[in-house]
Amino acid sequence: MIARATPPPPEYVNDAAIMGDGMPRLLSDYGFFDDPGAQVPVPHVYPYRLNTPLYSDGAEKLRFVYRAAGTQFTAQGEGLLDLPVGTALIKTFAFGEGSERRLIETRVLLHRAEGWLALPYLWNDEQTDARLAVVGARIDLTTPAGQAISYRVPNKNQCKECHGLSGEVVPIGPKARNLSHAWLSRMVADGHLDTMPQDADQLPLWEERENAPLTSAARAYLDVNCAHCHQPGATASNSGLDLRWEQQSPDALGIGKRPVAAGRGAGGHLFDIVPGSPDASILIYRMASPEPGVAMPELGKATVDEEGLTIVRRWIEEMAP
Amino acid sequence: MIRLSIAAALLASAAPAIAATHNVAPGEGAQETLQEALILAEPGDEIVLAAGRYTLTDGLSLDVDGVTVRGAGMDGTVLDFTTQQGAGEGLLVTSHGVTLRDFALENPKGDGVKSKGADDIVYYRIRVTWTRGPHAENGAYGVYPVESDGVLVDGVKVTGASDAGIYVGQSHNITVRNSIAEANVAGIEIENSRNALVEHNVATRNTGGILVFDLPNLPVMGGGNVIVANNLVVANDTPNFAPPGNIVAGVRRGTGIMVMANDKVLIEDNILSRNPTAPIMVIAYTQGFEDERYNPLPRDVVVGENRYDGGGYDPQLDGADMLLAAFGGELPPVLWDGLGSLSAAEGTAGWNLNLTEAGKGLGAAQPGPLSVAAPVGEFDRSGIGAPAALDERLGG
Repeated sequence: MIARATPPPPEYVNDAAIMGDGMPRLLSDYGFFDDPGAQVPVPHVYPYRLNTPLYSDGAEKLRFVYRAAGTQFTAQGEGLLDLPVGTALIKTFAFGEGSERRLIETRVLLHRAEGWLALPYLWNDEQTDARLAVVGARIDLTTPAGQAISYRVPNKNQCKECHGLSGEVVPIGPKARNLSHAWLSRMVADGHLDTMPQDADQLPLWEERENAPLTSAARAYLDVNCAHCHQPGATASNSGLDLRWEQQSPDALGIGKRPVAAGRGAGGHLFDIVPGSPDASILIYRMASPEPGVAMPELGKATVDEEGLTIVRRWIEEMAP
Repeated sequence: MIRLSIAAALLASAAPAIAATHNVAPGEGAQETLQEALILAEPGDEIVLAAGRYTLTDGLSLDVDGVTVRGAGMDGTVLDFTTQQGAGEGLLVTSHGVTLRDFALENPKGDGVKSKGADDIVYYRIRVTWTRGPHAENGAYGVYPVESDGVLVDGVKVTGASDAGIYVGQSHNITVRNSIAEANVAGIEIENSRNALVEHNVATRNTGGILVFDLPNLPVMGGGNVIVANNLVVANDTPNFAPPGNIVAGVRRGTGIMVMANDKVLIEDNILSRNPTAPIMVIAYTQGFEDERYNPLPRDVVVGENRYDGGGYDPQLDGADMLLAAFGGELPPVLWDGLGSLSAAEGTAGWNLNLTEAGKGLGAAQPGPLSVAAPVGEFDRSGIGAPAALDERLGG
């Protein structure tokens, strides 16, 4: 296989690559980017950010959504925007600052007639294009925190471990509650989105979490980082733990809840959350461990998210026993 | 279905017809080759793992219906996870109609093989071994089907699990047979599941041999309709090595067969030998819970004819010395806490804690001889066990 060193800049997105029944070999086959290395998108590919993002070993993430011609996104309350067939979600993971920045992988979610398809692409050394890697990869790199790790690019099946809900593959990130008011209004103004979703923009901005109510910051973190598995119908449903933002039952959230199949992941503790006692809480024990078999989340974690750990720890600390 | 042309070309395709065979061999790149085959297989395909030792650095996963993964025997094909760096289990199956047969997993960091929401699954001659023996840092479950309808576990062997060797949870229509569970905390565990047949297994050197449980606050509730028959439950005397906090960490060393908070369970024709706390234990769930769907009591448990040989001689129970003295040096084979309902074949020797309320601890116990009615009528076996269609996959 001969890699194209510098693919010609596309003028528009290749809908056939999104909608066809194949798995395009190269990220450039889709034509999402005008300048792939700089992550400059073509028209109709819109960058967005999440108020509270999912932590992945400190990777910088560049997120884009592509709207196919003749379609429109539809608001569904605070939940996921309804993204019609033909839509693509594109997320690039990068490490390093400025000229040192290296693009590692780009994950795409393609909405085809038969449902969403998740595919991982691995960037070349020249940073000109990324190649399909259905089996994923391991890459040695240094995190922003200065830690040398073996970074895991998930395989195609592992995509489903986080994106699977009731047997379907679904997007996780673009819920209206986690998208900024400004971005959503612009999408509405430009005709991409039908109307302003209700209860949008509720999750606090992660960089400004110190100014947000502690419970909001912690619950947003759990919603974004844990709830794609820990909810009914998802990968960890058999645990009975439900960490979604909208869940209000203390028991389902893990308060005073005993583990089911935590194994040594329980760390000798009896309950998922012990109010006032983070150090006695299984949730904290598993978040604080990078070790396979103990670590939560199970995938995409070679390092502990100290910031996330701090906020959840404080939330449990301040909970009335 | 989607198939990547270049990858398909890398895979040997023996059968020209609909089903393809994907041959995988150990050696350099085995992780990628094997995972690629698991991703690119199509329904009906077979993935054949040549004999040898596969060094794996990450968990494997299968998400295609109707695939068979076949090795060259549970000692011939070994998936070695000693250097595993990620994922919560060795192999994860999330598709229906899968057959796993004739291979082994060693030292997975978390669980061995987990199948979740994977109906009609067959585990045949699969071995999962933590090679250092009992150890709190071993993975939790060896063979772990959960939230599934139709589970056949046959000829499996699990050693060293820090929770349960063979664990079936939140599932329906289950058979676990001809399998060996050795040196795990719990040998075989049926939890929040219905219509399960556990027969012709050997459970030995576990902390507890065969456990039938129901727990609160799980998506699938209401375990029951379970038959535990013709098993050899011998010398389950390994000290409990479960990490504290797990429900099985409370299992007393030397428990043979234990039923807790379950509905309609038959225990018969088992051989129970040298289980020093209790060959058979029937009890209520003792922890607090808030779940209106949950019944903590064992109901309609039937202890039929079993063969008992040396049990209850070293019980891990409060007041053991006094109990032993009272019962003449060895406790009778059946221990019931007195809650719920139990019947036992005529002549079954046992003792009763005579508790009057669940969750109040043993402080209120007033131990005495077991005096319960004989079973009334035949146990209703209809609908218990895995669907017969799963047997058909064992040929060849």
